[in-house]
Amino acid sequence: MPRVYFDNAATTPINGVALQAFVDQARELGNPSSLHGYGREVRKNVEEAREKIAGLVGCEASEVIFTGSGTEANNLAIKGIFWKRRSENQMRRVIIISAFEHHAILDPVHWLAEAEDAEVIEVPVTSDGFINMEFLKSAIENRGDEIALISVIHANNEVGTIQPIAEIVNLAENHQIPVHTDSIQSFGKIPVSFSELGLFAMTISAHKIGGPVGVGALILKRGVDVTPLLHGGGQERDIRSGTINAASIVAFASAAQTAIRNREKNALHVASLRDALKETIKADVPDAIFNANTGERLPGILNVRFPNTESDSLLLLFDSEGIACSTGSACSAGVQQPSHVLLAMGLSEKEARSSLRFSIGPENSRSDIDYFHTCIKKVIDRARAAYRSTA
Amino acid sequence: MSGGVDSAVAAARAKEAGHEVIGVHLALSKNPKKYRSGARGCCTIEDSHDARRAADRIGIPFYIWDMSDEFHENVVENFLSEYASGRTPNPCLRCNEKIKFAAVLDRAKAMGFDGVVTGHYAITKESENGKLLFRAVDPLKDQSYVLAVLNREQIQGAYFPLGDTTKEEIRKEAAARGLTVANKPDSHDICFVPSGDNAGWLRDRLGSEPGPIVDESGAKLGEHKGAYTYTIGQRRGLGITVPTPTGEPRYVLRIEPKSNTVVVGEHESLAITRITGERAIWCGLAAPAEKLRGFVQVRAHGDAHPCTYWSVNSQSDLIAELDEPVFGLATGQAMVIYDNDRVVGSATIAGTE
Repeated sequence: MPRVYFDNAATTPINGVALQAFVDQARELGNPSSLHGYGREVRKNVEEAREKIAGLVGCEASEVIFTGSGTEANNLAIKGIFWKRRSENQMRRVIIISAFEHHAILDPVHWLAEAEDAEVIEVPVTSDGFINMEFLKSAIENRGDEIALISVIHANNEVGTIQPIAEIVNLAENHQIPVHTDSIQSFGKIPVSFSELGLFAMTISAHKIGGPVGVGALILKRGVDVTPLLHGGGQERDIRSGTINAASIVAFASAAQTAIRNREKNALHVASLRDALKETIKADVPDAIFNANTGERLPGILNVRFPNTESDSLLLLFDSEGIACSTGSACSAGVQQPSHVLLAMGLSEKEARSSLRFSIGPENSRSDIDYFHTCIKKVIDRARAAYRSTA
Repeated sequence: MSGGVDSAVAAARAKEAGHEVIGVHLALSKNPKKYRSGARGCCTIEDSHDARRAADRIGIPFYIWDMSDEFHENVVENFLSEYASGRTPNPCLRCNEKIKFAAVLDRAKAMGFDGVVTGHYAITKESENGKLLFRAVDPLKDQSYVLAVLNREQIQGAYFPLGDTTKEEIRKEAAARGLTVANKPDSHDICFVPSGDNAGWLRDRLGSEPGPIVDESGAKLGEHKGAYTYTIGQRRGLGITVPTPTGEPRYVLRIEPKSNTVVVGEHESLAITRITGERAIWCGLAAPAEKLRGFVQVRAHGDAHPCTYWSVNSQSDLIAELDEPVFGLATGQAMVIYDNDRVVGSATIAGTE
C-alpha cells in the first residue's frame, strides 16, 4: 500500500544534509561552555550555526536564544516578557493574543491569568481567519499602559492564514508595547525578517523545516531582558540555561539554510500540489467546504470541512489507506477536541468536528494527489455511513 | 481495548486469526478526570496509554473513540434514573447493550469492519440460525450474563476470542506475548464511580432526603438518608436500634421511591419463587412460544436456578417460575435464562413474588 504524508505542519521529514550535520556534530566530544580545546571546537560550530540562523531570520546573532523546543521558546516569550514588564510596572498585567493561537501560546497565557493574575484579551478573528484589527486597535488605545505584551501567531498552524504582524507592531509602537509572534509555521515557507517586522520577540522551530525535533529558538531583541524560565548555567545569554545542544543546533542551521535557499521553488511546488488537492476534493466531494479560503496564506495548508462526517472517522479511514492528515488537537488521553481555531473563526462545534487539515511539504509529489484521488470517495462514503450510525 | 489484559489478548488472538484488526479505546468522559482520577477504571489516561502500548505490541493501529455523549446519555443517566425509581441497575449490561455492541458496532460496520471483538469471557457458536451465545469454559470468569442483553443482530457482530480459555491461561498468554498488562489487576468497580463509593456518588447527584425505615406493618423503625442507597436483600448498615421480637436480623424487602420509604423485614419475607422481567431480549433464537424448562441466573456470578419460563405480552416480558425459592432479588437487575450453557435471553427484573 502506498503511504502519503499530508501532515507536514505537524512535523517534516528530516533533511538529509541536516541529518548528516547532526550525526557529525554528535560525534564530537566537548561541552561548548567548557574553556578547553574540546569545548572551543564545539562552541565554534554552535556560534557559526547561530550566525547562519541570524542571517536567515534577519536578526543579529546575539538575538538568537536556542531552546529545547518551539513550545519552550513560546513559554519563555510569554512568561518571561510578562514577568519582566510587570516587575517594571505593576499596572502591566494585560496580555493580548489572538483567539486562535497555538496551545503553546494559549496555555501559558491562561496559566498566567490563573496563577499570576494576568488579564487576557483574546482578539477575535474573522471567518476568513484573520485577526480583527479594529478590535486590536481599540484594545491598544484603551488599555495601552496596562498591556504587558502582545503575541499574535504569524501563520496559523491549522488554517495557514498569515497575520499582518508589521501592522500590529505599528499599532503597538506608540505605546511601546513589546510584540511577540510565533513564526513556527511561517519561517522557511514565506519571507520572514525579524528586523523588518520590528518585533520584540519571535519563535522558530527546527522540525517544521526539515530539522530535528528538540530544538527551537526565541529571537529576542538585543539589549532587552526577560525573566528566565530555567535557572542554571545561564548558557544562552543568561536567559536560558541548560547544556547547549550543539548537534541539534548545527542541524537546525543546516535545515534552515536549505529551506530558505529553496523557499521560492518549494513554495511554488507546494502551492501547486495544494491547488491540485483542492481540485481533486472539489471534484470527488462536491459539497466539501474549504475553511479559510481567501487572503494571504501559507502555500501548504488546506483545511477542509466534509459535511456529515466526523473527522476522527475520516482520519482513521485515511490512515487505513496509508494517508496521514490531522484533525486538530487531542487532549492528553487522546480524545479528539473540536479545533479552537475553527471555533474562533465562527464554525459550530459540529462543523469543526467535521474538518480535516492536510499539510503539504516539498517532498510530496503529484503521485500523492493521484493516490489520494483513488481513496477519497470510499473514505467519505464510509465516514458518512458512520456518521449516520450515530445520528 | 480498555487497557486491561483481556481485551489485549483478545485483540492479539483476532489479529493472529488473520483478521484485519484495529484497536479502539473508548473515551467515556469528555474530561477523563471527571468520573475517576488516579484509580483503575475505563476512563483514565493511564488506561488509554496501556491500551495503546498493547496495540503497539500486537502490531495494530490504535484509535480513541469519543463515546462520552452516548455513554452519559445511555448508561450514566439511566443508572441515576433507575436508582431514583428504587431499582438497582447494572451499568455494565447497559454499556454492552447500548455502547459496545450498538454505537461502537454500528460505527465499525459503517466503516467497513465486520464486527467488534472484546475480551469478554463467553463463546459464540455458529448454528443454522446464525451465531448463538454460550457460557465461557471458565466458570469463575464466565461473562455471558452481562452479554445476555445482546439481540440476535448484535451477537452476529460480536467476537469473543477468550471464551475457550481460563483467566489464568490468558494471563500467561499475555505474558508470553510480551504484553505489559499481563499482571494488571481486574477491575471490579463501576468505571464511572470514583473510588468505588457508590452510595456517596449517588448522594451527590440524587441528594440525601431522609425518610422512614418501616417494618411490614408500616411501623417506623428508623430513618434513612436516601432510599436509593439501599439494595433489596441488604442486611448491614440499616442503623435500626429496635431489635426484632425473635432476635432475627432484618433485611431490606422493598424500596418505595414515591413515599421515600425503605421497608424491612425477616429473611423469610425475601423468598421469591416467581420473577417477572420486562424489556425481554432474545439472544439468537426466537422467543419461546410455550412454557419451557431452563435455568435462570439473577446475579453476574450467581447460581443458575432451575425454572420454568415463558414469554408474555408479545414476547416483550418474561416470567420465570423457580423450583426452589431464592432470597432478596433487587428489581432493575437482569434475569438471564439459560438452556444448559446456551444463553436464551434476558429481561430486566420488574417484579417478584
